[in-house]
Amino acid sequence: MSPAPRELTPLAVSGTAVRRRAADLALVVGCHAATVLVIVPLLFITWHLVRMGGAGVSLEFFTHLPKPVGETGGGMANAIAGTALLAGIAAAIAVPVGVGAGLYLAEFGDGAIGSIVRTTADVLSGIPSIVVGVAAYGLLVVPMQRFSALAGGVALAMLMLPTIARSTEEVVRLVPRSYREAALALGAPRWRVIHDVVLPAASGGVVTAVMLAIARACGETAPLLFTALGSRFWSLSIDRPIASLPVYIFDYARAPYDDWNRQAWTGALVLLGLVTVVSALVRMTTRRIPRA
Amino acid sequence: MDTTLDVPPVNRPELSRRPQPPAPPPSKPGPPRESRLSTEDFDLFYGATHALKSVALDIESNSVTAIIGPSGCGKSTLLRSFNRMNDTIPGVRTTGRVVVSGRDVLGAGIDVVELRRRVGMVFQRPNPFPKSIFDNVVFGLRLIGVRNRGELEARCENSLRRAALWDEVKDRLQKSALALSGGQQQRLCIARCLAVEPEVLLMDEPASALDPTATARIEELIVELRSRYTIVVVTHNMQQAARISDRTVFMLSGSLVETGPTAELFTRPREKLTEDYITGRFG
Repeated sequence: MSPAPRELTPLAVSGTAVRRRAADLALVVGCHAATVLVIVPLLFITWHLVRMGGAGVSLEFFTHLPKPVGETGGGMANAIAGTALLAGIAAAIAVPVGVGAGLYLAEFGDGAIGSIVRTTADVLSGIPSIVVGVAAYGLLVVPMQRFSALAGGVALAMLMLPTIARSTEEVVRLVPRSYREAALALGAPRWRVIHDVVLPAASGGVVTAVMLAIARACGETAPLLFTALGSRFWSLSIDRPIASLPVYIFDYARAPYDDWNRQAWTGALVLLGLVTVVSALVRMTTRRIPRA
Repeated sequence: MDTTLDVPPVNRPELSRRPQPPAPPPSKPGPPRESRLSTEDFDLFYGATHALKSVALDIESNSVTAIIGPSGCGKSTLLRSFNRMNDTIPGVRTTGRVVVSGRDVLGAGIDVVELRRRVGMVFQRPNPFPKSIFDNVVFGLRLIGVRNRGELEARCENSLRRAALWDEVKDRLQKSALALSGGQQQRLCIARCLAVEPEVLLMDEPASALDPTATARIEELIVELRSRYTIVVVTHNMQQAARISDRTVFMLSGSLVETGPTAELFTRPREKLTEDYITGRFG
């Protein structure tokens, strides 16, 4: 005969359990609230830009030069092209140097030189952007005797460099040691390990770091004020002053003309949209074989 | 396997002065086989830690040698000495000789890159690159400059067949290697080694991260491969050593305790320490 089933202790709700549930609930609510707080500013800015500048978005805005004060219409074609050129110059300088420095720091940077480079990069990233503009002014504008797209691009590159270098270092350090060992054990020399295995494995993170840096640089105004200066004309010469969206937004937003103010809003909306679209495109085209 | 597709080996500089080894000798005891790997009075230090102590070991060609011993006894360190993978660890110092194909590989003038092509290595955790299956297998071939697509494809198939993986992956060679199961990944890593035609295969607990079925497949594979390669397997698993190896080396605290034919070492160990270990008295 089987023994009588043992009576189970009822699962009473004790004081500890209540406290535990309360703490759990508080944490879940807190995390959701924090997430919302992160998204709200972006949504607010986007909504505000669309409301104020959305009406001004037209084909003309992308294809025409600015009109003189008093005339309505016109666009910022020169500023859009200028921002693209400035970002291109900056990226052409900062991406190879920054990614190279990041690789160096991750692969060989455990010594004294590494910590010097790391500290330098951290200090550089803390320098106000206007000071970087002054540095580019002294470095290029003064010797060349003129404001230029090149000077603007160099100023932006200096801002991008530390971000790219340090982020690259972080993502390269995340590449598992086992990949390196596998490549070394197959007889790969160090540079092939880095070039064929480590960099491709880290490429997603590197691309993200580069895009973030470019996006930030596209919105910088202060370092361009006395390097690229600005221009009301169409130009793609790297040794001439060049228009850029942030400087236009700055000028137009301060101007005492309603029409210019409206165009400043539109310019801001276009800048935000372009940066978003370019980031998305770059991510899509650089996507490698998915993990797992 | 008669399905094996043989491709002539790539030309490469000679590491040793010796000619290619003769065909595998008979498996029954006869004249001593040529020793492809050996160490003489080999000591290794990690900083102040004396990790390997006067290790003198001869490993026979075209056989499977298992190295057993408790954790931290230096068996992986010894294995990694044959292809100088310990070079990647800072603070490692060595004395004595490690001989591969007649050359002291610790000596000056050794091309470590060439050495590692001769002495392939399979790791404890499967470590395929985050690339396609095809790109994984031909990685080593591309390193030595093979560019011809047809040759790469032929060698890829050949290596995958030898690693008993071809039938499972032939339709998805361009898919990510990371989508394979753990056991398939490990066989892929073996195929990746075989693609560069090594003479020696070093395996560092090649099945310890795998489930029993995958382990059995790897073990079968090791036994199949021994006719062509000199294989050294480090293992925690004494049953595994007994199943797959011709000779077994027992290590303890950085020293070689006993070496002998596997059947003998497990049934009639000469040393008390070996007996205590294999009967589970410690370790």
